[in-house]
Amino acid sequence: MSFDSNTPPGPLAEKWSRYRGTMNLVAPNNKRRIEIIIVGTGLAGASAAATLGELGYKVKCFTFHDSPRRAHSIAAQGGINAAKNYANDGDSVYRLFYDTIKGGDYRSRESNVYRLAEVSRNIIDQAVAQGVPFARDYGGLLDNRSFGGVQVSRTFYARGQTGQQLLLGAYQALSRQIAEGNVEMYNRHEMLDLVLVDGKARGIIVRNLLTGELERHAAHCVVLGTGGYGNVFYLSTNAMNCNVTAAWRATRRGAYMANPCFTQIHPTCIPQSGDYQSKLTLMSESLRNDGRVWVPKKQEDAKAIREGKKTGNDIPEEERDYFLERRYPAFGNLVPRDVASRAAKVACDEGLGVAPTGLAVFLDFEAAFMRYGQSKAHSTGLHNPSSAQVRELGVKVIEEKYGNLFEMYEKINGEDPYKMPMKIYPAVHYTMGGLWVDYNLETNIPGLFAIGECNFSDHGANRLGASALMQGLADGYFVLPYTIGQFLSQDIRTPKFDPNAKEFLDTEKDTRERLEKMMNVKGNQSVESFHRRLGKIMWDYCGMSRNADGLKKARKMIQELREEFYKDVFIPGSMNDYNPELEKAQRVADFFELGELMVVDALDRNESCGGHFREEYQSEEGEALRNDEDYAYVSAWEYKGWDQDPVLHKEDLVFENIELKTRSYK
Amino acid sequence: MKLTLKIWRQKSPKDKGRFETYQVEASPHMSFLEMLDVLNEELISKKEEPVTFEHDCREGICGTCGLVINGQPHGPNKGTATCQLHMRFYKDGDIIVIEPYRASAFPALKDLAVDRSAFDRIIQAGGYISVSTGAPQDGNAIPIEKDQAAHAFDAAACIGCGACVAACPNASAMLFVSAKVSHLALLPQGKVEARRRAQAMVKQMDAEGFGMCSNITACEVECPKEISVTNIARLNREYLSASLGSEV
Repeated sequence: MSFDSNTPPGPLAEKWSRYRGTMNLVAPNNKRRIEIIIVGTGLAGASAAATLGELGYKVKCFTFHDSPRRAHSIAAQGGINAAKNYANDGDSVYRLFYDTIKGGDYRSRESNVYRLAEVSRNIIDQAVAQGVPFARDYGGLLDNRSFGGVQVSRTFYARGQTGQQLLLGAYQALSRQIAEGNVEMYNRHEMLDLVLVDGKARGIIVRNLLTGELERHAAHCVVLGTGGYGNVFYLSTNAMNCNVTAAWRATRRGAYMANPCFTQIHPTCIPQSGDYQSKLTLMSESLRNDGRVWVPKKQEDAKAIREGKKTGNDIPEEERDYFLERRYPAFGNLVPRDVASRAAKVACDEGLGVAPTGLAVFLDFEAAFMRYGQSKAHSTGLHNPSSAQVRELGVKVIEEKYGNLFEMYEKINGEDPYKMPMKIYPAVHYTMGGLWVDYNLETNIPGLFAIGECNFSDHGANRLGASALMQGLADGYFVLPYTIGQFLSQDIRTPKFDPNAKEFLDTEKDTRERLEKMMNVKGNQSVESFHRRLGKIMWDYCGMSRNADGLKKARKMIQELREEFYKDVFIPGSMNDYNPELEKAQRVADFFELGELMVVDALDRNESCGGHFREEYQSEEGEALRNDEDYAYVSAWEYKGWDQDPVLHKEDLVFENIELKTRSYK
Repeated sequence: MKLTLKIWRQKSPKDKGRFETYQVEASPHMSFLEMLDVLNEELISKKEEPVTFEHDCREGICGTCGLVINGQPHGPNKGTATCQLHMRFYKDGDIIVIEPYRASAFPALKDLAVDRSAFDRIIQAGGYISVSTGAPQDGNAIPIEKDQAAHAFDAAACIGCGACVAACPNASAMLFVSAKVSHLALLPQGKVEARRRAQAMVKQMDAEGFGMCSNITACEVECPKEISVTNIARLNREYLSASLGSEV
């Protein structure tokens, strides 16, 4: 199998435009005969399906949701980056590229990231043309804000619902193609396996979730836009149904899984409140534009808050430790996510946590209320306002900016964040790792493409805020529709594939047997209970900080748990019916295998970088110690089955345009 | 707290369905759906079939969940989706009746799950701006007045959950359709096709078997995103001008 990044030659800034101008095309008459399967309808999948449909290909699009509009991209809150430099603050394509490489702790591929920064500008234009109602200023022009890890304002937003609005834009474009007959949409169909014909991806096996029926679908190529695998941790900000199955089934068929241990722990989530909890809720990073993160300086104050004897408001200014501002004066509260999360963990480990569980820090808006209030009083000509008046004015400004986030917090937590500082704690949010892809977004299996969070390509070891939406749409609207032609132009004479061919029947049989095996265990424990236990192992040993001993232990624990699963899981109902428990069971079964691979990958990487913090490799001040000499590579894992060790393939990362530096936000 | 749940159970679309009564022990910190998770874990431990209900993001944005709780879609709280409702609003000993949406355009599937694909078909009929991926004008080429953009956003906030239909005695989908028509008609980019869009979407809405709007406005009250009925007025205006307006 090929394992070459296929990065085109030439200077960085010209690679994409030159390549695009010289790549193979498929003529319109041939496009009509070529079929493409797209799995997933999030930002990447929906935008790709719409665009490929517009180009004239025959697209079949699959989602396990009841409608393409439900994909989890919908929940993204904060915004989308683009190097427009509308704010005139020195932004450029190069700077977005540089920030992304540095933010990713120098573990991503230069050429892919530069292309991402280049096409970021087109995304905003496209979205505006589709009717995405971005925030605007009084002059009617697009407004921007800042996100972590950068010193410019390049984030476009639609209140706290940017993902929703962008996804609806893509969903509407997709709907138009469905209506025109260019895309055939299959709702409530979950991909359970990939079909290879002569080593190329030519189809999938799906389960109709309403009837339980297995179906075989054939095409000239297969595109996965199936999102990330954060739910391996059980508790995460991912939607309940997010899973790794489609990507993992591809891995099982030979696709390499890259950097699986790179997971993003988001610093500002609503803390866990009880054991029955199955889902955590994110508070957008944009809040760190105006919120200040702190814990009490004294342990006894923290203890009093935990016991309900004091509140955050009772702690005087001089007794507070604004630890991000203290440790990272240059970026302050807007340090990248991995840095902010680790700092919160350190504070809580020192006994300074402020929730009953000991796992929370404050996110405080008091200073912002007063600052905005003063500015508002000044601009409205209010002289000598009382501080209560100023605060009230400031509250209104904050309400306009983040109203829906404050409401969401109150609904879940029951406390009014306009009166009390918010309590937040890090939670699993995004996975930078994913299927290995080359410059064409093609995996090492010819004809299998991976786009959006599903691939590993752009974020290195840590993703910057507001870059996931950018990448999903860049891949789907502006990259894949071109690069897919490189593969398909070789296939213009290839007739339609027959879904009754042996390869399809065999793969369907595999799938059926796998499901039957699970149904037939008829044990005593629920799928949920296994998932919860797996999540705890992952969080304890492969979460915010990791060490070799813990990882070795975790690997054994996962193996034992998996064995127990196949001996004692209980799945009610039948295979030939609408059965959400069976859906969950096969997803959890795949999480076991992926979880083990994550642990293996974390063990291999004897350095700390981005979201991967190995306790053995840190500076005296507790900062991550990267090892470029030995680990400036992408780990692409070839899975060999449950009972064998996976094989590591290394893609060396070559930095021609950026000097590798210690990543400092001080 | 101890609660009594009366839940609609229906094996398949053809099954008649009936209410079943369950007891569950909940904590005030739980969300409503976490309370149902606890019930389902108990049912599974007794080797019984759990209650099927649809849910995904559990933060009120994907629109997948939607239960009728004591007669109200998404329960008692204003501007709240089922997944954002918390048990602290209930007390020990409460009896809670949980049903699926009931509308002929939303056929029943199983237990509390219904088929809302009619909404997708309405969007496919015209709920978009006809622009293909390519190189449109710069995002800042057409300024849009701040308030106008905000009104468009308010309409665009619809999550497509279908509570408006469940709330309406006529099972009308006017709030859903009008939200999309308004969102796009309020923006200069969407203005171009506004008339055709309103006609096409209303035609599809009628074909799906949704009822007529008789200005009861229960839809607005139950909408988890508080979409305003003024959108319906806007839709009527768009539709009327499209029907009466001359092409020249």
